[in-house]
Amino acid sequence: MIAELSKALNSLEIAADWSGLRVVKEASTYRSVRDGLPQRNGKSTTQGVMVEVMVNGQIGYGATNSLQPANLQAAAEVAYQQALAASRWAIYPLTPAVRPKVTGQYSSPFVKPVDALSPQEINDLLMRICQTLKVSDRIVQTTATAITNEIESWFVSSNGSEVYQKFLMLETGYSATAQDGAIVQQRSNNGHLANCYQGGWELFVSPDLWSQVQQIGEQAVELLTAEECPTTVTDLVLAPDQMMLQIHESVGHPLELDRILGDERNYAGGSFVKPTDFGQLSYGSELMNITFNPTVPGEFASYSFDDIGAPATREYLIKAGTLLRGLGSLESQARIGKPGVACARASSWNRPPIDRMANLNLEPGTDSFEDLIRDIEQGVYMEANRSWSIDDQRYKFQFGCEYAKQIENGKLTKTLRNPNYRATTPEFWHRLVRVGNESTWQMYGTPYCGKGEPNQAIRVGHGSPTCVFAGVEVFGGGA
Amino acid sequence: MKLIAIDGLEQTFDRIAAALLSDLQADEQLRLTLMGEQSQFIRFNTAKVRQAGCIGDGTLSLSLMQGQRNSYRSIPFTGDWETDWPLAQTALTELRQEVPQLPVDPYLVLPQGNATSREIHQGQILAPDTVVETLLPQVQGLDFTGIYAGGSLVRAYADSAGQKHWFATDTFSLDYSLFTADGQAVKGTFAGNQWDEAAYIAKLEGSKHQLERMAQPPKSIPRGQYRTYLAPAATADLVSMFSWGAVSEAALQRGGSALGLLQRGEKQLSPAFTLTENFQRGLVPRFNEWGEIAPLELPLIVEGRFKNTLISSRTAKEYGKTANGAAGGEYLRSPEVTPGTLAAEQILTTLDTGLYLSNLHYLNWSDRPTGRITGMTRYACFWVERGELVAPIENLRFDESLYRFLGDNLINLTEFQEFIPEVDTYENRSLGGIWVPGLLVEQFTYTL
Repeated sequence: MIAELSKALNSLEIAADWSGLRVVKEASTYRSVRDGLPQRNGKSTTQGVMVEVMVNGQIGYGATNSLQPANLQAAAEVAYQQALAASRWAIYPLTPAVRPKVTGQYSSPFVKPVDALSPQEINDLLMRICQTLKVSDRIVQTTATAITNEIESWFVSSNGSEVYQKFLMLETGYSATAQDGAIVQQRSNNGHLANCYQGGWELFVSPDLWSQVQQIGEQAVELLTAEECPTTVTDLVLAPDQMMLQIHESVGHPLELDRILGDERNYAGGSFVKPTDFGQLSYGSELMNITFNPTVPGEFASYSFDDIGAPATREYLIKAGTLLRGLGSLESQARIGKPGVACARASSWNRPPIDRMANLNLEPGTDSFEDLIRDIEQGVYMEANRSWSIDDQRYKFQFGCEYAKQIENGKLTKTLRNPNYRATTPEFWHRLVRVGNESTWQMYGTPYCGKGEPNQAIRVGHGSPTCVFAGVEVFGGGA
Repeated sequence: MKLIAIDGLEQTFDRIAAALLSDLQADEQLRLTLMGEQSQFIRFNTAKVRQAGCIGDGTLSLSLMQGQRNSYRSIPFTGDWETDWPLAQTALTELRQEVPQLPVDPYLVLPQGNATSREIHQGQILAPDTVVETLLPQVQGLDFTGIYAGGSLVRAYADSAGQKHWFATDTFSLDYSLFTADGQAVKGTFAGNQWDEAAYIAKLEGSKHQLERMAQPPKSIPRGQYRTYLAPAATADLVSMFSWGAVSEAALQRGGSALGLLQRGEKQLSPAFTLTENFQRGLVPRFNEWGEIAPLELPLIVEGRFKNTLISSRTAKEYGKTANGAAGGEYLRSPEVTPGTLAAEQILTTLDTGLYLSNLHYLNWSDRPTGRITGMTRYACFWVERGELVAPIENLRFDESLYRFLGDNLINLTEFQEFIPEVDTYENRSLGGIWVPGLLVEQFTYTL
């Protein structure tokens, strides 16, 4: 394919300063069961090519789902015309340096391929999960979902880039909803579709699957009679499946250089972070170490090259609490004059690459889970995100979780329902007082990170240990 | 731009549908849906171009039913028979292999009826290579940021029962913000299917006038409860939450609806609040993914009481209800909130002292069973005293139940509605929008 694409690129009749082709082919199977009955079975395939053309320092794009030579030529001509028409109004004069020559390959690790389980076997598995979740008549809904994604991408450019990457991804989730009159509680495995990884079926059908499913069903029922989360200011302990969301919303998005440059102000928003903050802003406590790391085997957004060919490397964005680097592509780095990472990513062939998160992780500390809890006199421990909202500068946030435990005198005691907390970003991260060690570190992901104009939903991964934040405002549900 | 054979899509779709449907066995049923678009996207920042391009895309979905079992394949659709037909044949072959392996689905919606429709809304929108030169000269000197999206959209349907629908439209939308030097902003949308230069300039003038009001330091408002006016765009955001686990019959049946309390009669909404699905304006297709035609009007909440929920054919089968043309997801497709009696010129004086909110941001249920929604104020939001705009505000977080702001605390709705276009472009460009008035409410709760 690479050779064919290079040949196709060379045959385009375009007077461009630089041009590139990015072909993406994606096949996704989606299987879901509710209350033991099939809801959705099927497979979606999309393929197409994004032609990028640089003219007078402006990149234009044309994208088509036909790989026929005539369509490629038409896409190139459209891209050229768009670049030319826009070049007089370009926000920044780009050079081919933002599309460096690169060659290489990447392939996701996996053990059991997508066809290791037949459609029937997958449905049987999902139906059994639903049956196991229904631990009580008060369970009014059970769901189980498994999604596989096989993605191949090819990138060639007029300055000699040749990149091939092949991804295998698995997204799974199950949930139970319990109801007693007006009280409704839902519990899932780590939040909605949070178990997203690169790999095969070995990731889902694990030895402890059935005990986890049973526990989710039981906890949904348990929440019906649990006390409301109290309204108070207290120590807050967040499990990795909530830290995922916390990192994503209050660290990842505000550090995106395109937000800081203003590109996103009409949609997702800007950032409280200023260009002058890099290298000096105290973002959080000294325990806060955040890495951009697309090199973690099996994490959801691992890759070797971003969608414009920049080689992906592990980089500290925040070290010992100090902001060092932003989430910005070569284009954004050129515009802002600050260091970034290989994060120019597109949701598919039909969208242009923009600054995105990939894997964004909080590095582990030194404390075991028991150590974290032992020294807390009064606090709340929360698991699994269920509600999320943050302002357009990524400053004032409010997040809610599915399940919580009261912490009293160093022990987890009674279960709490409808746990929520709210804070402002830098103040919250400065309240980080304990960071769990490797034994508490878990990674999750989501396929639903939305951003960009035109809009793009993209896959991101987040790993984190359990963390303790001192003196946070928590509260419960109800009108 | 010719990135997809947009003019040939219908002919190729018809030909493939006919070929596939004629190939079915006696015990097989098939449903075909098509999405096609040829779109231009130009992204702006500081009245300059950040990114510019065009895309051509199409997706054909085949859903095969046999023995109460069902699976689908979605494949690329280019409009070129030679390219598309082999993919469609392969998809049908794969489905025939997979479907017998799947469990029986007792609530499978089978094709039935003979509904047909064909709607083509031709537009006069800007030529792709003229958009930048048309838009940007008018905003020089302004910090103008946003996106222009325009082009042709197609939605189509055919099935083995004989139903067939075609909907094609040319549309554009300009979704923009204007910023002051210190980051205060106003929001605007300009959309339609006929480009009107004078209307564009007038829209910008309105935004510029609004921006002038933002040219003073924002006022910090302590958390608390304030009398609040929510302009139509802000109301639209709140009403959009009704699509996410609220008016859905399935959600109500399974404990996932914020309107369970209303349905059970444990809470009431204000008699001033009426919500309707209204397809009269023809902005979106009336047919759903099963080819069913929605009624031109379907009242959902009338004077604060549930009149209808959105009931899909699948939900109807499962719970013994009567379907009303809803989509499978039972979300709002063409909503309208009935206006009230508050005149535009009386908004500030009736608000008296409190908050004037033009837009909201990032809404989510904070406690769905009790109808509690959290979100942020955004863009042109003001503190008002004795009927006068005093100053823009620093953004506030709200956390409030719909049973309060659409219940006892709803004072009035404006006598006018505005059309808030749907400008989402996830996967493909959206169609339609919502017609809403503004809301004046008492004791709206701000928490951060």
